[in-house]
Amino acid sequence: MSEPLLDVRGLKTYFFTEDGVVKAVDGVDLQVYPGEVLGLVGESGCGKSVTSFSILRLVDEPGRIVAGEVWFEGQNLLALSEAEMSRIRGNRISMIFQQPKSSLNPVFTIGDQIAEVFQVHQGMKKRQAWREAVNLLRLVGLPDPKSKAHAYPHQLSGGQAQRVMIAMALALRPKLLIADEPTTALDVTIQAQIMDLILDLRARFGTAVILISHDLGLIAEAADRVAVMYAGRIVEQAPVQELFAAPKHPYTQGLIASVPVLGRLQARLSTIPGTVPNLIQLPPGCRFAPRCQARVSHDLAQCTQSEPELLQVGPEHWVRCWLYEPQPESGPIPSTKEAA
Amino acid sequence: MTTTSPETNVRPVSLWRITWRRLLRQRSAQVGGAILLALVLIAIFAPVIAPYDPLEVLIGKEDVRKREPPCIHLLGCPPDKPQHIMGIDGNFRDVFSRVIYGTRVSLFVGFTTVTFAIVAGTLLGAISGYAGGWIDNVIMRLMDVLMAFPSLLLAIAIVAVLGRGLQNALLAIAIVSTPVYARVVRASVLSLKEREFVQASRALGASHAHILLRRILPNALPPLIVQGTLGVATAILDAAALSFLGLGAQPPTPEWGTMLGTERNQVFTAPHLVFFPGLAIMITVLAFNLLGDGLRDALDPRLKQ
Repeated sequence: MSEPLLDVRGLKTYFFTEDGVVKAVDGVDLQVYPGEVLGLVGESGCGKSVTSFSILRLVDEPGRIVAGEVWFEGQNLLALSEAEMSRIRGNRISMIFQQPKSSLNPVFTIGDQIAEVFQVHQGMKKRQAWREAVNLLRLVGLPDPKSKAHAYPHQLSGGQAQRVMIAMALALRPKLLIADEPTTALDVTIQAQIMDLILDLRARFGTAVILISHDLGLIAEAADRVAVMYAGRIVEQAPVQELFAAPKHPYTQGLIASVPVLGRLQARLSTIPGTVPNLIQLPPGCRFAPRCQARVSHDLAQCTQSEPELLQVGPEHWVRCWLYEPQPESGPIPSTKEAA
Repeated sequence: MTTTSPETNVRPVSLWRITWRRLLRQRSAQVGGAILLALVLIAIFAPVIAPYDPLEVLIGKEDVRKREPPCIHLLGCPPDKPQHIMGIDGNFRDVFSRVIYGTRVSLFVGFTTVTFAIVAGTLLGAISGYAGGWIDNVIMRLMDVLMAFPSLLLAIAIVAVLGRGLQNALLAIAIVSTPVYARVVRASVLSLKEREFVQASRALGASHAHILLRRILPNALPPLIVQGTLGVATAILDAAALSFLGLGAQPPTPEWGTMLGTERNQVFTAPHLVFFPGLAIMITVLAFNLLGDGLRDALDPRLKQ
């Protein structure tokens, strides 16, 4: 593959709270290639959103990025000044959020808010910026864009508001769009429309997308590659087909198994036992070890002692699990799914 | 007024229009607004309305006695006597003309002090709320100190330092009322800065100054407008009180508080000299309070459809 557009190396973002240090992101390595859709999955509180905020350096107190590098277009974003960073935000890297209606300012018309992006970054005059805003609204498929530009956020539906957010985010044709659960708050039918819009615009502008979601169905449909996060770390990274066909990490296997399949009769939904570890007091060794059934069935001792590195198990497939560590005594143990 | 056009594809109405309409439907705002409008017109057209110069001493020019009660022709005052509908004061001046001109002073006092206080308070409150940390602490503790004093007492102290006179009284009242606005704005900013649209604005590359001034403050306006309107009433009262004590407007300025102060000993012998200026103060303060209440209801976000 070509040079990555975004290369996150060893990113650590900690929150220094009164109860202790919350290691929300603890050593994330992530690459995004030009024009691709990278799905970032994981359950709530695993650090998906904090990772994306860290890339844009939007982590607020008491959070702090304590280590790592974020390389984007040849510069380390973590080393830039705040002013330089402002020029990147919205311009080269944009972001859309989970709650489109509350992400829009309630006292300004949406035309105002889109036009502002042009005014802030390109010093455009108000009238011209407004014209551009109307064009964008047309582009994102809002009906009657000319009069809708005068609407206030509360006069829009959730889907329309998300279209407006997408218009704002893509106004300056950024190279990277971070979509943080862009469809979670929307109806299922609207979800499909919004995803179609994002994918369509990505194809048109060549924008790479980091799609953050806990919805595996959405990821399977939209992403090119998938990174699975657990307790502040990437535990598996693979092309989407491979990940769903042959998940390697026990956590990924558990995640995929827990998705109900239409038409298949099951007495109970499959779950992963236990809960996400406390991010203040992480277990030693692999973070998933306490919940891992593979560890028990394979009787692996080192899981609870030391943490594995990301191991390459395919041409573009990495996994962070002792099961796949080439070992003299036991050797790699294939997962059940792979064997099937 | 009752026809609500269906809002399909019509250009959406602006928030100000919606608020304005809602305000017009408020009874208290209607009354308050009407009185205020009348007061403003009286202030503007004072020379036309007032029959005499407010400073003109009528002794030797007309047949008037000192502190003469009102003489209204319609109510049976002999037509050969000159008409003074609010009577004559202790210096042989027409009280009606002085009350009319007093409107100018009071409205001027109310608006300038509140404008100053709002500007200063908004700046302090916004910085305080947005920056947080020690900056917040320093500014707000300073405001707390100002608020710890009874406002009139502090104003008297400030005037005592600066010297008496209307200008210094204005400054004193402005300083004394600043903390209220700083608090209101800080509270709004504190809650607004956590809202998602602020995060979204930052993600789109807006600077801190831009976010605070252009994105957050417009959202903080409604409570500020209400507080400001009610604040005008307090400022007018305070100014009248200072003048009453002889610390504000100095005689012979036609100021309601001063008029009350100079004639306070004649309450029983010539009640009209304190009744009319007092009534004027009451009506003005009432107008602002009614309007403020109406605005509060009109701007209440919970009532938004």
